[in-house]
Parts: sequence; structure tokens; C-alpha cells
Amino acid sequence: MLLEMHDICKDYPQGREVVKILKNVELTIDEGDYLAIMGPSGSGKTTLMNLIGCLDVPTSGTYRLNGEDVSRASENRLADVRNSTLGFVFQSFYLLPKLSARENVALPLLYAGVKKRERLRRADEALRMVGLGERLDFMPNQLSGGQQQRVAIARAMINNPKLLLADEPTGALDSASGHQVMDLFDELNAKGATIVLITHEPKVGQRAKRLRRILDGMLLREGEGGGENG
Amino acid sequence: MFENISLAFQGIWGHKMRSFLTMLGIIIGIASIITIVSTIKGTNDQIKESLIGAGTNAVTVQLSQDGSVYDMSWRGVPAGVLPITEDTRLQLADLDNVVAVSLFCRRQVDSYASDVAYQNNSYSGELYGVDRDFFTVNGFRLTQGRGFLADDETKFRKVAILDSGACSTLFGNASPVGELIEIKGEPYTVVGVVERSASSDFVIESIRDYDMYADTSGGKVFIPLADWPIAYRFDEPQGVVLKAASTDDMTRIGQQAEDLLTASQIADPNSGFSYKSDDLMDQAAQIQKLSNATNNQLLWIAGISLLVGGIGVMNIMLVTVSERTREIGLKKAIGARKRRILWQFLTEAAALTSIGGVLGVAAGVGLSQFIASAMGTPTAVSYPAIAVAVLFSMFIGVVFGMIPAIKAANLNPIDALRRE
Ligand SMILES: Nc1ncnc2c1ncn2[C@@H]1O[C@H](COP(=O)(O)OP(=O)(O)OP(=O)(O)O)[C@@H](O)[C@H]1O
Ligand SMILES: [Mg+2]
Repeated sequence: MLLEMHDICKDYPQGREVVKILKNVELTIDEGDYLAIMGPSGSGKTTLMNLIGCLDVPTSGTYRLNGEDVSRASENRLADVRNSTLGFVFQSFYLLPKLSARENVALPLLYAGVKKRERLRRADEALRMVGLGERLDFMPNQLSGGQQQRVAIARAMINNPKLLLADEPTGALDSASGHQVMDLFDELNAKGATIVLITHEPKVGQRAKRLRRILDGMLLREGEGGGENG
Repeated sequence: MFENISLAFQGIWGHKMRSFLTMLGIIIGIASIITIVSTIKGTNDQIKESLIGAGTNAVTVQLSQDGSVYDMSWRGVPAGVLPITEDTRLQLADLDNVVAVSLFCRRQVDSYASDVAYQNNSYSGELYGVDRDFFTVNGFRLTQGRGFLADDETKFRKVAILDSGACSTLFGNASPVGELIEIKGEPYTVVGVVERSASSDFVIESIRDYDMYADTSGGKVFIPLADWPIAYRFDEPQGVVLKAASTDDMTRIGQQAEDLLTASQIADPNSGFSYKSDDLMDQAAQIQKLSNATNNQLLWIAGISLLVGGIGVMNIMLVTVSERTREIGLKKAIGARKRRILWQFLTEAAALTSIGGVLGVAAGVGLSQFIASAMGTPTAVSYPAIAVAVLFSMFIGVVFGMIPAIKAANLNPIDALRRE
């Protein structure tokens, strides 16, 4: 088992009150899994993703990732886990505009302490894998949205993460480049990558091996809530 | 670390205009400090040079009583003070870094006493009995005629040399060489005219009058030391001029000569007599202290402008941090530790202010040269001050970059990424 969440709750203060955003979430993911999470806006998808991605810690509950209890780990430890175990893909890419494609992709290796020459070599390799071998030295603003997202995926995969997290990766893309990105995910999963993906689009959600819905902070069991379209 | 630095420079270069404006406060502050320090150093060097005589390095040691120079013209030859023997002279010459030793006798002469006269012109000023080395040791240059010869001493020739002051008092514009002057009723032939070669155009507004150096009297008339007993007494104690190998040796040599002479020449230590050196180094230091005191106030004011510059840097760095929250959030999300973000911004601030410091030094050196040439004031580049200025501006970057860097390092990646 790669990931195990038990009875996870997350509260956020809103004004004077404390609002429960996630309620008693149970989630397990095995290696090689490909899970899509769907739900209406404001249901808590991103909040859940932040917890899975160790960007935030739960208010209560336990979270074991790769055999380690990360629900109470230190800030530095979480940074290291994010660097070595996780890969992130965001809706709006978040490439650094002043860095070239290969420099963007190489960035996580800097924090892992890899030498510069090796970093760039591996970045080139990753960019070739996502089909951008011809555009290594392009700046982000010289790339289309779909290409930028593929650079971001290369960056997420550069340190061979145990788990790839994608929060609406096709949300800012037209359907053609969205398809390309989804093909890439399929390909990565076929090669053994474990993926958790958040989406609004049923078509995207259907391509995953498993689908779970979230409603008002509650993560439904597999197969539940299928009638909904959100 | 190295990556950080090169990234920081890239960032600064990427925003040339903004970076320059941010540095401006530092540049101005450092430039004014360097200008002030250069002027201080220039003035100090000049004070030292004109007071001590560049290259002359002559220390004069004379008999004094109760702290002030003993004047034989008024009070007569003192009892219990012995003339300096050849043996003592050799001992003085043996002191460390003493290049030459010269003995002299000296009297202040007044026109009404007519000790020195040419025809009906009598002379007020100084009369010296000197050995042949005296002129070179003190930095006098021959402008007419000849200097003293060995024969002048051994044969007790009645010859005299005038300095330009005495020359114009006694002879006006006429040439004195070959003329006879009267000293204590005896005729002396003028054989040469000398002039002090170290220029002393610097105005000394200080506490004490320098017997040797301030040319306020009517001038100087020199006769061979061997002739001195003809005019005055044979047992008169002499003064000594010692030439030091370097300026830095002067104070020590002066003190050693004082001790040596006081011990060997003065029979009764309780007589109030002692040998004293013209402590020119000490006087130079006093004048320098005076000018440094005012300049230190200027330095504090310049320091305030550095403070303002530092606050400017902090301000811009804070803006930079909020502009770059997304970058910071992303970096943290992909595994940058807090400390790395902190260092990134600290390096940026320090690089910014260091460049400012370097530019400020350049501007300051240029400015002080310009002021020096425009107003004729002295200036000198002080390398330690430049090193301190650059290091200090780097330090300012670290200090004032601290708050923005901490702010950046403490950003929560979720909030930072959510902010669009
Ligand atoms: N830092 C926070 N402070 C307070 N409330 C928050 C915070 N983050 C999220 N929320 C609240 O939590 C709820 C869920 O937010 P979340 O971003 O997880 O929704 P989502 O399912 O990702 O929605 P979307 O599909 O629009 O991205 C929202 O009501 C939001 O206002
Ligand atoms: Mg969301």
C-alpha cells in the first residue's frame, strides 16, 4: 500500500467560526493505481489534494505515505517528502517564467542536491519523454498551453516520484491538448506510475482506473454518487 | 550557494532600472563615505608631509629646561651641561635606523645687539654653528656659491653661508657671495646661499612654534661649528639633528636620543635640564586628530544615508517577495526547504547592496578626485576603507534583507499558489 488515509478531517477558520472542509476521509492507494477524484466546485478536492501532497497537514486523522506517518512530520521533512516522493501538476502549470524549459524541469533536482550537469541531462531526457525534445531551450512564454503543461509533467516526473498528483491538469487546455496530456498520463501509468487526478470533466475522469466522488467534504465510496455530473 | 549568487545577479540584471534605483541610497551613502575618507587621508598625508618634511626625516634634539627649549642668547651657557663629545656623537649614530648625525650650536641674535651685520645693516634672526652634514640632513639646497669644506673646519676659516631669508635681509637683491659680514666683530666671508628644499606652503595653525621649521624669523646665518668658540664660548652645549631611515622611526629615534643625551650630558638630573626632541610626529598626530574629529561627524551623517539606503532596499525586497509569491510557493511545493528560500532572498539583497557598494566606491573615488582638482584640496585613496565599505554594504544587504527573506521563507505554499 502506497498511501493510507484514515479518518482525516480538515477544518478552516472562516471568520469567527471553524468550518469543516473535509469530513472523515478514508482513502487508500496502491502502487500502480490511477485514481480520479471528481466533485462540484468547493467540495474540497483541492484541500484533499494538498493533504495528499503534504502541502498541508490534517486537523485530525492519520496519513501514512510510503510507510511513513506524515500527518505530524516537520516542515523540513514534508519538503523532502514532496521533493523525493511526490510530483505535482497544477491547473495553471506554474512554470518559472525566467527559466527555460529544461531549467524548469531540472529545478526539483537542485533541491535533491544533484550536480548541475546531471540535472540538465535528466531534464533533457524527461522532456524528450513528454515529446518536447525539440524545445529544450524554449522559454515558457514561447510554448503553447499544452506544451507548458507537458513541461510541468516532465518536471513532476524528473525525480521518479512514487506518486503523481494532478489538480485539474486539463482545466486550462483546449480539448486537443487536453487529450495529449491525458494520453501522457495513460502512458505514464502503463509504465508503472501511480497517479491521483482531480477533474471536473467526466470524460477525463473516465480514463482513470478508479473514480471516486467527493461531495461537501465527504469522499464517497467507489461507485457512489455516479448520477451526479460534477 | 554559487548557483544562488549567479541567479541573484541574473535577477538584478533582469531588472536593471529597478535594481539601480534600489541601490541608489547605498551608492550615495558609500560614495560620500569614500569621499570623506579620501579627503581625510589626503589631508592627513599632507599634514604629515609638510610638518615632517617629505623625505627629510630629520629629528632635532635640543637642550631644554623645564620642558621648553633653552635659549642661550638670553640665559647664557648653562652650568652642569657638557658639550657633546665625538664619542657621544658616535653612540647617536649607532642608534637603529639613524642614517646621519649632525651637531649644531644656535643662538637667536637681535639687530640692536649687532651680533651679525653687513656694513650698516644689522640682522635679527638665527645664527648657527654647524658641521658639514647639517645642510643635507636638514634638506637644505645650495642655490649660490659653495657649502662648507673640510678645510673650513680644520683651518678655522671665517666663512659663512646664508639662507634666502638672511640673504634678503642683509643684501636685498644683491649677490652676497664674496662679501664680508661681521659676526661678533670678526669678518666672515660669505661663500654660499642655501634654501630649504622641502616646500612648506602648508599653514600650521597649531599650538607651538617650531624652532626649526616655521620660518618666521629674519633668516638663518651659518658658520662652521669649529668657529663657534670664536664668536661665543667653547663649552656651549650643542643641539643634534638625526636623520632617520624612515618617517616611522622618527619618534623612537627622538626618544632614544633624548634619553642618551640627557644621561650623558647633564651632570645633575635635578637641575631641570634635559634633552628634548621636536616631536613632529606627535604634533602631526594632534593636528590630524583635530581634523578627524570634524570629519567623523561627517562620517556619521553619511552613515545615516546608508541607513536610509538600507531601508530602501528592504522596502523593494518586500515588494519583490510579494510579487514572487507564486514562484516561492512553487519552489516550496517541489521541495525547496525554508532555509533555501531564505538564502535566496538574502543573497539577492546582499548582491544588490554589494554592487551598490562597488558602484558607490567608484563614484566616491571619482568624486573625491573631482573635488580635489576643482578645489585644490588633497585626496588619497584608502584601500582599507574601500574594502570595509564594500563589506559593509554587503552586511547592510544581509541585515535589511533579513525581514523580507524571512517573510518569503515563511510563506505557506498553499496560500502562495492560490494567490493569482
Ligand atoms: N485557506 C483556507 N481558508 C479558509 N477556507 C478555505 C481555505 N482553503 C479552502 N477553503 C475553503 O474550503 C472549501 C473547499 O475548497 P477547495 O479549494 O478544496 O475546493 P475545490 O473542490 O478544489 O473547488 P474547485 O473545484 O473550485 O477548485 C471552499 O469553500 C473554500 O472556501
Ligand atoms: Mg480546486
